[in-house]
Amino acid sequence: MQFNTILKTLPLLMLTTGLASAAQAADVKLGLAAALTGPAAKYGVAIKNGFTLAADEVNAAGGVNGNKLQLLIEDEQGKKEEAINVFKKLIFKDKALLVFGPTLSNSAFAADPIANAAKVVAFGTSNTADGITAMGPFTFRNSVMEADVLPVTTRAAVKHFGIKKVAIIYGNDDAFTKSGYDVFKATLADQKIPVTTTEAYAKGDVDFKAQLTKIKASNPDAIVCSCLTEEAANIILQTRALGMKQPFIGGNGLNSPKLFDIAKGAGDDTIMGSPWSPENLTPANKAFIAAYKAKFGSDPDQFAAQAYDALHVVADALKKVKLSGAIDKDRIALQQALPSVTIEGATGKFAFRKAPPVTGKEVGYDAQQEAIVNIAKGGKFILLK
Amino acid sequence: MLEQQLINALSLGSVYALFALGFTLVFGVLGVINLSHGAIFMLGSYAALLLVEHLALPLWLAMLAAMLVSGLIGLAVDYLVLKPLRARNAPHLAPMIATIGVATILTSLAQGLFGAENKRFPVGTIPEESYNWGNLHVTAVQIGIVVISFVLMLVLLAVMRRTQLGRALRAIAESPKAAYLLGINVEGLFYLTSFAAAALGGAAGVLVGLSFNAITPFMGQPMLHKGIAVIILGGMGDIRGAMIAGLFLGFAEVLTVAYISSDFRDAVGFGLLFLILLVKPSGMFGKVLERKA
Repeated sequence: MQFNTILKTLPLLMLTTGLASAAQAADVKLGLAAALTGPAAKYGVAIKNGFTLAADEVNAAGGVNGNKLQLLIEDEQGKKEEAINVFKKLIFKDKALLVFGPTLSNSAFAADPIANAAKVVAFGTSNTADGITAMGPFTFRNSVMEADVLPVTTRAAVKHFGIKKVAIIYGNDDAFTKSGYDVFKATLADQKIPVTTTEAYAKGDVDFKAQLTKIKASNPDAIVCSCLTEEAANIILQTRALGMKQPFIGGNGLNSPKLFDIAKGAGDDTIMGSPWSPENLTPANKAFIAAYKAKFGSDPDQFAAQAYDALHVVADALKKVKLSGAIDKDRIALQQALPSVTIEGATGKFAFRKAPPVTGKEVGYDAQQEAIVNIAKGGKFILLK
Repeated sequence: MLEQQLINALSLGSVYALFALGFTLVFGVLGVINLSHGAIFMLGSYAALLLVEHLALPLWLAMLAAMLVSGLIGLAVDYLVLKPLRARNAPHLAPMIATIGVATILTSLAQGLFGAENKRFPVGTIPEESYNWGNLHVTAVQIGIVVISFVLMLVLLAVMRRTQLGRALRAIAESPKAAYLLGINVEGLFYLTSFAAAALGGAAGVLVGLSFNAITPFMGQPMLHKGIAVIILGGMGDIRGAMIAGLFLGFAEVLTVAYISSDFRDAVGFGLLFLILLVKPSGMFGKVLERKA
C-alpha cells in the first residue's frame, strides 16, 4: 500500500521540485566533470577545490549580474566511459550552461565531442595534450600546453647549469608523460642538445634503479624527466642513492608540493616550467593562495590554480551575456563571449588563442600565457632569475 | 655498471620473491589463487605507516604489528569469502573472482581512508645513506630487503620441511580429504595458512613502502601481476620455486633495461613466462601442480 502511495506521489514530487528549480532560474548552473576517485583523484580533488573556492567568492560578491553560480559536480573517475556518462548527464539532464573538465586528456578526447555536438562549451583546466582544442569550436582550455612551456624551461636550464648533454626518463604508457617526452625530444633536437640515453618506465613502477644506473653510465649533465610528481620524486631519490648529483629538468608533472613531501631536499636544483608558481607574488595569486589555505587547510597546486582561474574566466564572460533563459541560446552566447575574455588570475595574465587550424573543421581555443621557470631550493620551488 | 645492475636486480628480485611467498603458499595449501594478496600487501604497508606516524613505534615493532594486521585481514578474507566457497565446493574460478572483488573493495576502502596520494614513511625512519664501494652503491633498505626476504623464506621452508605442522600442511596440499581422514584439522590449518600468507604479504608491503616511498591504495595491482608471473614460473605452490623465480624475474627485468631497452622491461619478463609455459607448463620447479593434476 505504502509503495503504491510513493508511486503516486512520485510524479507530483518530481513536478514540484521541477517547479522549485524553475523558480530559482536566476541560478546559473555550471557543470564540473572531475576525477574525484581513482588514481587521478589527486588532480580531480584539487580541481574541485579550486572551482568551489572561486564560485564561493563570486557568489559572496553578489554573483554575476545578480545571478548566483551553482556548481554541479560529478565524479568521472578518470575514466573515458565515465567522462562520457557524466558529460551526457550534465548537458542533457541537468541542463548545465557549460561543462568544466574532464580531468585527463584521454577523457577529454572521449567526452568533448559530445559537448561540441550539443553546442555546449567544454572547458578543460588540466588537459595539456596536443589536439584537444582541434575537436571543435566549443572546446576551450586554460591549461597551457607543454609545447609552449618546455622550450622556455629547457633553454633556461641549459643556460643556468651550462648543460652540454642530457639523459631522458619518462613514463611510456601515460598520455601526459608520453606527450611531454615528445615535446622534450623535439625541443632538445631544436636547441641542439645531445641525448645520452632515453629510458622509459611503466605506470605503477617503483624501482627505477636499473634505468638510472644506465643513465649514470652515460654521464649526462642533467636528467630530463617527463614524469608525474610521485614518480619524479622517487626517481630523484633513487638517483641520489646511486651517488648521482645531476640536476633534473621537468614539466607540469613536477609542479606540486608533493614532490618535496617525498624527495625533501634531494629535489633541489630541479628546474620546472609552469604557468603557475606559489612564488609568483602577484596580488591575485597571493589572494588565491591565502584563501585556498584558509578554506582547505593545505597548499594549493597548479591544478587548483587553473580551475580557480577558469571559473573567473567564465564569470567574466557571463557578465557580457544577457541570459535569456532559453538554454540553447544562452549556451551559444557564452561560447561567443568567451574568446574575448582576458583576466589577471592566479596564473597571471590570461587570454585565449584560437587553436591551430584543421582543414575542414572548426577549432576551439587554447591558452595564451607566459611560462614561469622555477628552480627548487630548500625543498620548494622559487623563481629562476 | 654491471655490478650495480646485479645489485639492483638482487634487491628487486627479493621483493618479487617475498611478495610471491605468501601468494604461492595459499595456492599450495588451499589450491586457491587469492587475488586479494596485492590489496593485503598494500594494507600492510599502510598499517606500518600509521603505526610509525601516529604511535611513533620503532620500525621493527611496526613491521611485526603490520604483519599481524595484514594476517588478520587475510584471516577475515578466508573466513568471510573463501570458507563459504569451500563449504559449497565451488569451482576453481569462484574464489579467484571473489578475491578480485575483495581486492577492489579493500582498494576503494584504502582510498577513502587514506586518499589517493602517495605517502612515504617519515624521513629518518630508516637510515637514508648508501654504502659505497668505489662506484657501487647499496642502500640500507636494499640490504634489509634481501636479508629479510631470505630469512622469511628459510623460516617458511624449515617449517614446511622439518615440523609436524609442515607435514600436515603438505598432507593437505596433497589431498585435503585424506588429510581430514588422518585426523588433521584441515579447516584450522586453512585459516593458519591464510593468516601466515597475508602476514608475509604485509611484510613485503612494509619493505616495498620503505624502499620506494610510494605507498598508495593502488600499489598492489602491479605487484600482483609480477606475483602471478613469479608463482607460475616457480611452479604453483612451490615455495623454493617462488623464491628462485622472483629473483629470476628481477634479474630478467634489470638486465633487459641494461642491455636491451627499458621499453621492453615488462615484455621480457612476461615473454619468459609465456616461453616457460610452452616448454614446461608446470613452471621451473612445479611438482605440486603435477601431483595435483
